[in-house]
Amino acid sequence: MEFLLSSAIGLLTAAGVYLILRARTYPVVLGLALLSYATNLFLFATGRLVLDRPPVISALANGYTDPLPQALVLTAIVISFGMTAVIVVMALRSYLENGSDHVDGETHSEDRS
Amino acid sequence: MNHWIIAPIVLPAIMAPILLMAARHDVVLARIFSIASSVALLGIALALTTMVSDGIIVTYALGNWIPPFGIVLVADRLSVLMLLLTAGLALAVLLFAIDGSDRQGRHFHALFQFQLMGINGAFLTGDFFNLFVFFEVLLIASYGLMVHGGGAARTRAGVQYVAINLVGSTLFLIAVGMIYSVAGTLNMADLAIRVPKIAAGDQALLQSGALLLLLVFCIKAALVPVHFWLPGTYANAPAPVAALFAIMTKVGAYCVIRLYILAFGADAGVASWLAAPWLLPAALVTLVLGMTGVLAARRLGQLASFAVIGSMGMLLVAIALFTPASLSAALYYLLHSTLAGAVLFLIADLVSRRRPGQDDAMTVAPRFAQLSLLAGAFFIAAIAATGMPPLSGFIGKLLILDAARDSANPALIWSLLLLTSLLAIIGFGRAGSTLFWKSTGEPGHFPAAPESNTLSLVAIGLLLAGSVGLTLFAGPLTAYLDATAEQVFATRQYIEAVLGNTVLEGGIL
Repeated sequence: MEFLLSSAIGLLTAAGVYLILRARTYPVVLGLALLSYATNLFLFATGRLVLDRPPVISALANGYTDPLPQALVLTAIVISFGMTAVIVVMALRSYLENGSDHVDGETHSEDRS
Repeated sequence: MNHWIIAPIVLPAIMAPILLMAARHDVVLARIFSIASSVALLGIALALTTMVSDGIIVTYALGNWIPPFGIVLVADRLSVLMLLLTAGLALAVLLFAIDGSDRQGRHFHALFQFQLMGINGAFLTGDFFNLFVFFEVLLIASYGLMVHGGGAARTRAGVQYVAINLVGSTLFLIAVGMIYSVAGTLNMADLAIRVPKIAAGDQALLQSGALLLLLVFCIKAALVPVHFWLPGTYANAPAPVAALFAIMTKVGAYCVIRLYILAFGADAGVASWLAAPWLLPAALVTLVLGMTGVLAARRLGQLASFAVIGSMGMLLVAIALFTPASLSAALYYLLHSTLAGAVLFLIADLVSRRRPGQDDAMTVAPRFAQLSLLAGAFFIAAIAATGMPPLSGFIGKLLILDAARDSANPALIWSLLLLTSLLAIIGFGRAGSTLFWKSTGEPGHFPAAPESNTLSLVAIGLLLAGSVGLTLFAGPLTAYLDATAEQVFATRQYIEAVLGNTVLEGGIL
């Protein structure tokens, strides 16, 4: 399970970084989303990976999983969802006003990517 | 428990929805609410200042959950000083904005209040996950403010600004996760206790997490090599927003001061003074690059942006020395550079509005309305920003130079500081002579000022008066800042205030 999770985080991060470095806003937005997924998984792993353990105190439990990272991930998901919505709107507005979705605002004729 | 501590967060948090819902269509009502809120914030900040001025640290446990398990707000001299600076700057900027620029787009005042809420929260919070949350609050408000008024260049700069900050937020979360995974706490005071006890095998994870966090704060503080977002953002943002953003770079500086003295300071064992070897070279390069940018700027807004970068370099040089004397100097320079940076953006905007077609480009053009008044304001602001006597920049620079005498390589710091001052003086001198002096001889005339701008001039006057005030009261102020710096370095007092005084003897841990 550790290998699965860590390789998933690694793949998501690599894909996210690659997409962020692209020249158009749509891949950049996708890349940011992938990076936030990788971060959420990473945060989840900071409480250590355990199977079938309760997060809150119970008399029957013989061990616990850390509940705090799960709360953090929840907060992070909400925030990154809101932020993605904001950047989608801004990117759309920028595309409509500049007539180009290039992040540096180059026009289509100059663009050869 | 003293409930006034949370007021700087709750008041704008209540005021912003009121502005959104009740005052959406009535700009006069929105202005009244907004000004009232800012005046109240200034009053609260003053009251908190008198409360903490005798050196006590006041804490506020939200929902009465005991730290380190609950959320805690901490008001000490440093955080209240930052609150006071924010409130003062916000009031001046708001006066400038209600002179017309708040009508260029929608919801300016609501976003402004949310921005203040985020900034105040970041200064008050005692744990670094809430620091993240308040960073997001202030950022999401700043995204809205940044594109206030719209326009092609502004929205493009806005997208870049959002993207870089989203990457920053991602790094922040990763860093928080790394630190939590080995320290098992998010509370800064609790972290300060645990850092020296972290096993050698976990030190790599802890230190890389802490350095990643430093990178995030450096993005906020616009330090080289992550400074590149600032000139585009500040020069394209509306003037009152750029002026308010002058405090946002200081949020990054504040976090560096807070976390790297408290948790990674003298008592941190292996991880002692973790930030210092990275921060000082970066700050020196930032200083040189910022002031070179001042020399190379082609517009007044650009010049102000690079002056902000240069001043952040200067500020972080002083912080990176990590001594009480240098921190006291840094705090003085922080107060000064916030006011000086803000006023430059406001002056650049007024000049730009009076020169249709030329805007704030540094070109020789005919006379424009109120030339001598703005020239005088720019002259005073430039003296302050470049650090010439007799204004506050000079005193701040002197204090930093004095504090750097005992550092590892004073010759390097002194020569760079003095050399960049020369660059700044040349840059500002060239800008002033081109825009104001040479323009007087040109034939023709720009149209008269399009609208009344008494409040804008009052706002600029207030900020300049703040700089003069910092100079006049430099004596008592530096005494107070010395006490503030000593309190920041007395980490034991902070930890005891947050966690109770049994904790250091090993009570609950």
